[in-house]
Amino acid sequence: MSVRITIDGKVVEAQEGEALIDVAADNGVYIPSLCYVRGKPCLGTCRVCSVRVNDSVMASCTVPVTDGMEVKVNEPEVTDMRKALVELLFVEGNHNCPSCEKSGRCELQAVGYEVDMMVSRFPYRFPVRKRDHVSKHIFLERDRCIFCQRCVEFIRDKESGQKIFSIDDRGTKASIEIDVELADKMPPEQVREASDLCPVGCIIEKGRGYDEPIGQRKFEIQSVRERALMGDEK
Amino acid sequence: MHQQIQSILSLYHCDKTRLIDMLWDVQKLHGYIGDEAVGLLSDGLNMSPLDIRETISFYHFFITRPSGRHQVYLCDSVIARMNGYEDVRAALEQEVGCAFGEVNDTNIFGLFDTNCIGLSDQEPAMMVDDVVFTNLTAAKVKDIIGQLKQGKTAGEVANSAGKDRRDVAYVNSLVSDNIRERGEVFFKPGLDYKAILRGCLNKIPSEIIEIVSSSNLRGRGGAGFPTGLKWRLCGEAEGTEKYIICNADEGEPGTFKDRVLLTRSPKDVLLGMVIAAYAIGSRVGIIYLRTEYRYLKDYLEQQLQEFREDGLLGNKILDTEFDFDIRIQMGAGAYICGDETALIESCEGKRGTPRVKPPYPIQKGYLGQPTCVNNVETFASVCRILEKGSDWFKGMGTDESTGTRLLSVSGDCERPGIFEIEWGVTLNHVLEMVGAKDPMAVQISGPSGECVSVAKDGERQICYSDLSCNGSFMIFDKSRNLVDMIKSFMTFFVHESCGICVPCRAGGVDLLHKVELLLAGRACQKDLDDIVSWGALMRATSRCGLGTTAPRPLLTTMEKFPELYQQIIVQSKGPLLPSFDLEEALQGHEKAYKTLVPEEVK
Repeated sequence: MSVRITIDGKVVEAQEGEALIDVAADNGVYIPSLCYVRGKPCLGTCRVCSVRVNDSVMASCTVPVTDGMEVKVNEPEVTDMRKALVELLFVEGNHNCPSCEKSGRCELQAVGYEVDMMVSRFPYRFPVRKRDHVSKHIFLERDRCIFCQRCVEFIRDKESGQKIFSIDDRGTKASIEIDVELADKMPPEQVREASDLCPVGCIIEKGRGYDEPIGQRKFEIQSVRERALMGDEK
Repeated sequence: MHQQIQSILSLYHCDKTRLIDMLWDVQKLHGYIGDEAVGLLSDGLNMSPLDIRETISFYHFFITRPSGRHQVYLCDSVIARMNGYEDVRAALEQEVGCAFGEVNDTNIFGLFDTNCIGLSDQEPAMMVDDVVFTNLTAAKVKDIIGQLKQGKTAGEVANSAGKDRRDVAYVNSLVSDNIRERGEVFFKPGLDYKAILRGCLNKIPSEIIEIVSSSNLRGRGGAGFPTGLKWRLCGEAEGTEKYIICNADEGEPGTFKDRVLLTRSPKDVLLGMVIAAYAIGSRVGIIYLRTEYRYLKDYLEQQLQEFREDGLLGNKILDTEFDFDIRIQMGAGAYICGDETALIESCEGKRGTPRVKPPYPIQKGYLGQPTCVNNVETFASVCRILEKGSDWFKGMGTDESTGTRLLSVSGDCERPGIFEIEWGVTLNHVLEMVGAKDPMAVQISGPSGECVSVAKDGERQICYSDLSCNGSFMIFDKSRNLVDMIKSFMTFFVHESCGICVPCRAGGVDLLHKVELLLAGRACQKDLDDIVSWGALMRATSRCGLGTTAPRPLLTTMEKFPELYQQIIVQSKGPLLPSFDLEEALQGHEKAYKTLVPEEVK
């Protein structure tokens, strides 16, 4: 059923039940996100797509649109909240863009630019996290994990359907883990899929680091905003 | 080992949604859940071993390495610390011979911290294996540990008279119920459950829902959603099966009324579930019982059995075509599982991560089917509403908060325990009733609620539209340091955050850090401003109630007691913030110079 909603004062038409973040993108309004992948089930973990819906703040990837919904995206308070969430991610892990293989194709970095982040308002924590090189094709650079859960939910062993990536422990003690036996069985295209799906430089494909020159990488050619507005799945 | 795990797997038909039960069985068998057991379970369930670890590592009471013959979990809560916790902790370390977080040399004892265990009216208290000990003192600890060292089981020490675990006398030998004031709804002896249920089964389901709706009963877990509406929506939702879940994961620090209800009036609760099942068309019910209440499990199983024998549960209930039965699902230690969608995930054998909503449980809940989750007290109220009618119930309380509510009262008062109040009484009235001398503040609804000032809020009413209360009522007199209490609450939230969303996982840590700065005398006005702004961020953007409520103790004490915070902040001297420790920052250079620069260069 076709419904009408307003986004920042503009009336737009959409199909009832469509995710708000998609409806916004289809109508030229970019809402940043770090966990949502268009076409896949909503994860709702990063909250960076928070917007105001009828006066309450909601993550737009979790909101199915209904008729008459009033949405505010570029209102100062909620815009600052999105920025704050990105800043929180930068201090929670260790993100050193200049020395990261993922620079230029990293969504956290790209979204950092989009929300105009200069420096984090939160104190840097410099956590000590162990990296994991054991698997043949992948190394896990845990310093950069933002716990978006994309790899946990969307990358499964082709044969058994089992989880290859998983989260150990909870809260501040959580860490991303990889099942080495299953990971070593991943075909090359699945390894590439996992590393591309990772919004940061945590899942790194061994031997790939600098295959594309800096300056010619994904978000350097076309910004994350432009890609989202074109309906890019990521 | 192989044989044992196979029999556990076949007991649950290799159903991975029963993983938590399997893990408990393994832990009971081996004392911990080791790698080999995880490997065998993973083979049997077609899950990767790490997938099983995801679940194990989420829960506080699952242990993965040998941790002593007896595991001692001492409750570390605000209330315990007001009642001699430090002495008891020191006595435990002394008697056992190891520090908390460790296992002693003889591998007999492991000492661990745990959050509120639902005994705030009899703290300090500890769990040892499958029993609890209350009102602890250093002398009592010495005696208990001494007996365990002689080879007695914890059960033998706690229940020296050898009461049957299925009998209420057994529960009585472990804990007190401390029911201080009774009202019209709860703890009524001699209810004729058969007659009440027969009355219900003579009506059509929509009539039952209508009675519950017109009683205006609202969910007693805290959120206050209208129970009748929840049932109607669940009844109307499409599904091949429907489920009733009783939320007995009473994890909110300071509350213990569900424990007392399950002890004193378990059948009121069970009958409420049966009535709900009939009303929405469910055949299967689950009681999700927190680990901290595991000493109630055999007793509750016995109550279920008696209900079955009386024809109130099972097939053809009271000789009608209505079938319904209930199983008990043990939790494994996670506050977040009090959230209904996290609880459902846990019932499915997974990490207790709150789901993205919509869909809501009434649409897609347990196993993807419409599910109605209600609190223990809600079900007990239903039983009485169907016995006495909705007008009777509406005659109590206020227009929008009908009936009565059980308060779990703890902290600085003469009579900690359970009080049944009519909604609408004032804060001062309750304080007088419980014998609170010189009260300064009350933390209403536990850490997730609000801190009120007795001086400013004394005449406010306890009801959904004013001071909404989930049952937890912690009193602090004028001798207490509220900021210390806030630190304890923030530590609790950081520990209990599931970590699925950014604002709660990361934001809580920053707020805790600010509280530590305040207590260290290194915070300034900017830190208070940050707290307000970062707290608002968490409240607005977190995924579930844990994150949205975590800043509340801090924000509400700042609002009600601004002078406390103004007294402890300091002025910036010069260009540096007081939180910046120049000495400490420079130590890094000194250390690097000492370790990295060669002697000859120095």
